[in-house]
Amino acid sequence: MGASAKRRGGTRVESRLPKAASGIRGFDQITDGGLPRGRPTLVTGASGSGKSLFGMEFLVRGARDLGEPGVLLSFEESAADLRQNVASLGFDLARLEADGLLVVDAIHVDPSEVVNAGAFDLDGLFIRLASAVDEVGAKRVVLDTIEVLFSALGNEGVVRGELGRLFGWLKDRGLTTVVTGERGREGQLTRFGIEEYVSDCVIVLDHRVSDDISTRRLRVAKYRGSSHGTNEYPFLITDRGFSVLPITSLGLSYGASTERVSTGMPELDEMLGGGVFRGTTVMVSGSAGTGKTTIAAAMVDAACARGERALFVSFEESPDQLVRNMASVGIDLHRWVEAGLLQMWSERATSYGLESHLGRLERILDDTAPSVVALDAIASLAHVGSAGETSSAVARELDLIKARGITGVLTTLTHDVDVQSSALEVSSLIDTWLLVRNVESDAERNRLLFVIKSRGTEHSNQVREFVLTKDGARLVDVSVGSAGVVTGSARAALGEQQRAEAARREQDTAARRGALARRSAEVDAQIAVLRARLADETAALDRRVAQESGEAGLADMAHTALVDARGDGPRAEPVQGED
Amino acid sequence: MASHEEPGNGHSDPDGGDQERFDLRLYVAGQSPKSVQAIENLRRVCDEYLPGRYRIELIDLVEHPKLARGDEIVAVPTLVRRLPEPMRKIIGDLSDTEQVLVGLQVRPAGGVTSGE
Repeated sequence: MGASAKRRGGTRVESRLPKAASGIRGFDQITDGGLPRGRPTLVTGASGSGKSLFGMEFLVRGARDLGEPGVLLSFEESAADLRQNVASLGFDLARLEADGLLVVDAIHVDPSEVVNAGAFDLDGLFIRLASAVDEVGAKRVVLDTIEVLFSALGNEGVVRGELGRLFGWLKDRGLTTVVTGERGREGQLTRFGIEEYVSDCVIVLDHRVSDDISTRRLRVAKYRGSSHGTNEYPFLITDRGFSVLPITSLGLSYGASTERVSTGMPELDEMLGGGVFRGTTVMVSGSAGTGKTTIAAAMVDAACARGERALFVSFEESPDQLVRNMASVGIDLHRWVEAGLLQMWSERATSYGLESHLGRLERILDDTAPSVVALDAIASLAHVGSAGETSSAVARELDLIKARGITGVLTTLTHDVDVQSSALEVSSLIDTWLLVRNVESDAERNRLLFVIKSRGTEHSNQVREFVLTKDGARLVDVSVGSAGVVTGSARAALGEQQRAEAARREQDTAARRGALARRSAEVDAQIAVLRARLADETAALDRRVAQESGEAGLADMAHTALVDARGDGPRAEPVQGED
Repeated sequence: MASHEEPGNGHSDPDGGDQERFDLRLYVAGQSPKSVQAIENLRRVCDEYLPGRYRIELIDLVEHPKLARGDEIVAVPTLVRRLPEPMRKIIGDLSDTEQVLVGLQVRPAGGVTSGE
């Protein structure tokens, strides 16, 4: 029977491994569809790592949501304990049993009351399992810590052989099976090596505590014939069961909206070419007191004004504080809370681990379904985990938001020194990045706002001054003076100065024009004088010419007479007399 | 093979009145060699060490699979000592008489305790 199962599995690996969705949130995503259908999967981890719960949720989701009834053979807990344990996760085992979708069989084997007196096999287990499978038409089986049989029945060799037979039987019946195992010493996957029976898929769960904060992680150690993420994925055990949190870069398959939504500041919308795209993420970074929260609140305010639902998550202020503080800059959040459009959620990031924070965020997002989410000061999360953990938490936070098509705005505190390199290395996940910077000059602090990037948008490269007025946040064109960008009262002073200068220049020009006109008149007068003088001279010359020609006539006659008298000599003409 | 009760040797021993009676249940799976072996071995041990004060109930799980849940049967054959309390389980074909007696906590004939 094992051979036929192997052959069947073998041919399918060539094409596409059939998978059974686990129904566990996030898990099917990282395994590209779930567990190998009709084959066993080993889930191993230390005690308390959540492996039993994994199996339980696999069964419950299958029976309740996926039309695949299941059988649980539990070797560790009593049926009553099991029911109670999972009731806190919202799983009603008794109901599923009553509906004929689930069989819970708790097998209690106490080594102290068992004596081995001869050859045996595990037919009892086979018969129990087969009967349960037939009872509900099970497609899924969970064997919770079947390893206890090794120590309970005494004869390891027999148990090993029988388990081999059991797994062969399970495969032969095409049952998708989860076997849990306790992590062995020195990195062994299981204490008794049951991974030898499970060659297809091995999942390792881990529960670590560092700096008093516990983090659960899941890793797909092996998945034959299937692609799978090899990372460790944090997961949560929430009051709704398991939740594996895939790292964001895994699937970048968000839809892209071309709809623009307003940031609540017309001038900023203009800088961004008409607002931000719906479903994208805006990060506002800046040092303390630069008005980051106000920008976030303005976006939330604008969303509510459009009649959309919004969520404001604050890690720094209580909702009341936030409402009061925003009212002082003309943003009335209270009315939106009253209208039921705005949900506010304040949480000290340090109170819980990052993972549980994410779990609660996911839950709130599910419950309120907002269209805009503000996360005020994600840097606060950095107090909780290491930088890497925080970045990954923020990345997953953004993922939760983006995957739902929610427009996100998050603020982060940076220090002026490393203002360009965001403290949290998440800038690649951000679509629009605004930077608010304090500028100190003339005993004043003023705020400048830059658009560092905005994907898919022709955004302004200009710097604007960001001012908080009692009517809200505004952006003002900055002035560029001889000493660079000027802001605040210096900007006002410069404006004044520039106006005065312009007036002065105007006066000056008028004066010059007057002077020129006068000079022109002068020149004209001089020209007239010169002309008059010239005319005088011409007249004088004419008179003289006339006079001289009269005298020359007389002299000519005298000269002719003289030449005639001498009889030689050239005729001498007077040279002058051209005019 | 249906489950059936089989009174041990048919009579109760008045001399054994102060001794405990053994209420035993043997779970087997069909007519496998181990099952047959276990039944034979059990009869032999009982007749030898518990004459007149035992009762055997034989349960074939192939016919009554659900009965396996009641006594938490995993391995077969399994002999369950229901009385005297506390409950004890002995797994295997009962070929190891020594271990069967240890499991049943029966004094071997001759008054020596099983820990010899």
